[in-house]
Amino acid sequence: MFIIKYKKIFLSLSIILIIVSVVFTFTYGLKPGIDFKGGALLEVSYTGVRPDASLLEAGIKTLDINQSLIQPTGDSGYIIKTRDLNETEHEALVKALSLDGKYTVTEKSFTSIGPSVGSELTRKAIVSISMVILAIIIFITYAFRQVSRPVASWKYGVITIVTLLHDIIIPTGIFALLSYYSGAEVDTLFVLALLTILGLSVHDKIVVFDRIRENLRTGDKRSFAETVGISTSQTIVRSINITLTIIFVLVPLYLFGPETTKNFALILTIGLFFGIYSSLFFASPLLVFVEEWQARGKK
Amino acid sequence: MIKKIILAVIILVLGASVAFFVYKSEPKLNNNFETSAAFFKKFPFRLGLDLSGGSHLIYKADVSAVPAGEVTSSMDALRDVIERRVNLFGVSEPVVQVQHGGLISGGGEQLIVDLPGVTDVKKAVEMIGQTPVLEFKTEAPKNATQNVAVGKDGKVNIDLNSQFVSTELTGRYLQKAILEFDQNTREPKVSLQFNDAGTKLFDQITKDNIGKTVAIFLDGAPISTPVVREEIPNGQAVISGNFTPSEAKLLVGRLNSGALPVPITLLSTQTIGATLGESAVNAGVKAAIIGFLLVALFLILWYRLPGLIAVLALSLYTAILLAIFKLLPVTLTAAGIGGFIISLGMAVDANVLIFERMKEEIRKGHNIVDGIHAGFSRAWPSVRDSNTSSIITSIILFWLGTPLIKGFALTFGLGVLVSMFSAITISRIFLYALGIEKSNAFTKFLFGSGFKNLN
Repeated sequence: MFIIKYKKIFLSLSIILIIVSVVFTFTYGLKPGIDFKGGALLEVSYTGVRPDASLLEAGIKTLDINQSLIQPTGDSGYIIKTRDLNETEHEALVKALSLDGKYTVTEKSFTSIGPSVGSELTRKAIVSISMVILAIIIFITYAFRQVSRPVASWKYGVITIVTLLHDIIIPTGIFALLSYYSGAEVDTLFVLALLTILGLSVHDKIVVFDRIRENLRTGDKRSFAETVGISTSQTIVRSINITLTIIFVLVPLYLFGPETTKNFALILTIGLFFGIYSSLFFASPLLVFVEEWQARGKK
Repeated sequence: MIKKIILAVIILVLGASVAFFVYKSEPKLNNNFETSAAFFKKFPFRLGLDLSGGSHLIYKADVSAVPAGEVTSSMDALRDVIERRVNLFGVSEPVVQVQHGGLISGGGEQLIVDLPGVTDVKKAVEMIGQTPVLEFKTEAPKNATQNVAVGKDGKVNIDLNSQFVSTELTGRYLQKAILEFDQNTREPKVSLQFNDAGTKLFDQITKDNIGKTVAIFLDGAPISTPVVREEIPNGQAVISGNFTPSEAKLLVGRLNSGALPVPITLLSTQTIGATLGESAVNAGVKAAIIGFLLVALFLILWYRLPGLIAVLALSLYTAILLAIFKLLPVTLTAAGIGGFIISLGMAVDANVLIFERMKEEIRKGHNIVDGIHAGFSRAWPSVRDSNTSSIITSIILFWLGTPLIKGFALTFGLGVLVSMFSAITISRIFLYALGIEKSNAFTKFLFGSGFKNLN
């Protein structure tokens, strides 16, 4: 199996990808959305021609709202982002947007989130990601308990987690790069996308590991590296096909789906791609690498 | 063999009736929805606020004054009061939930209020925050200072507030309020029943004020100023204040809903217009249909006959899952629809695993029948383990998540469960029912995949 033969190349490639993604994440940075830092988001549409953004900005300046960000949306609408607003401020803002009645404004959606709700969400996001990862280690250790030789079953769990980190760090880096240009923000759906990537990617790793488990049990006197190689090549078509079917549903979701889930579908597609890549080209080589490293230690 | 075919037909008929149910119970699909049986009308899809339009409010409850052991019960009482107030407003299917603070979820005690169809947040916030203040006041001593204002028309107005002094008796001591109609005048009136402590207070007040006025103030304004004729020991009072029937009804509702047991402050609001929600639904449905067709096309082109069966299983999967969404019911949000769409891609995972395995076994020298059997039994451990991990993930997400994540976790988790049934049981029944026994060039073509035939 060429993947095992050239495992050092594939392992280095993955490590480079991870480093590049981490660099992207830190240089471009992730902008927290109002879900996390609190704030208000108002989407309005105008009947007929929408007024110039500078007019609106001047109108909003007269209110006591400090900073606001005005983005055009669609043909006749704007999205306005500000600090969190109470009801009176909200009404004043809508009134200001109509330029005191000169334009007809329809409010399509309004969200105002207090900063404490945001910090609570951050905490929830961190806790849920950690809980999912922990549960996966425990489950894999349990599911593979019968295969403790030559690699202990908990190591399968740890390797899965290392590859899962690979699978979420890379999309995060790409997202940081994209958001630098598109202004996309990290919201609940972004966290949800990462969590779904975790779920789907572990699903995939289990299928490969399951085959290794089976081949180890029935296998003759093949070396561990050979067994892993055979198992990976036996599951490669399935892995590619299942990723394809999920991408077949994600692409329409991105192209035609609701506006709110567009970024979600995009990150998931990227994550799935790297998830399948890591199942084949990162997890298996890593497993063999660990086994060989162990064997060397014993001698 | 015949048994297998009968079983397959039964599954098909059942699946078709589930699909028929989903179709009939959906107003948008069924043109004759209005004339349909009441049974179907009971189960439309339940759409979340982001799809149906409405308001989502999060309140923080200040429980600092409540003893630690009573936080849960006072939060439940708070929820009940808010629920009653919201119901008064005539919102269809409002959801009022308590979210307890804790180590894992963080934050303090919160109350989440979902008002479908309400886009006027200001009105909603007012309605929820409104506490009717009911007070009973007695005549002020004659020598007390009175505020007198001379109106523009020269009339002298005596401020009623200064004519009365507060008593201890307030709406807190109210047990219940009832709407009644006067037997003679047919005018609506509100009759009040005090609780034990209130009854004692009222007894004392009426005893001390025989022949004097006892004013009933609502929200700071006198609504009724009856003169006490005798002592009232049974704790019953009547307000007859020129109400219209609907005013009286509203007052009764507000009095019965009572005061808030703990103070609340609004933390965040979200309003979604109905049009935005509708376009999101349409977009979601479009994406789901296109996704489904792409997956079906891929399965048939790549896996041929088994692929066709997988598509049949996927159709049944869709029908069953949608029916579950209706029956439970699951509140669908944009994220939930996203979870459903992803599950369409995931649902065929078990099929793909099994078919790949089948092909491998046939290639190893098994005939087709044995190959099918071996494919199903050998693929089972990996189907089981991989799906178990997905279910674990969705349970954790559901347990910890915000409403948005919960919606996703629920549709996704249900999808994984149903897909294990559809992709394994249903496709096995259909494959066996085909009764393919001979291995010849044609059957080998049917069971081949991708660009290669089996040989």
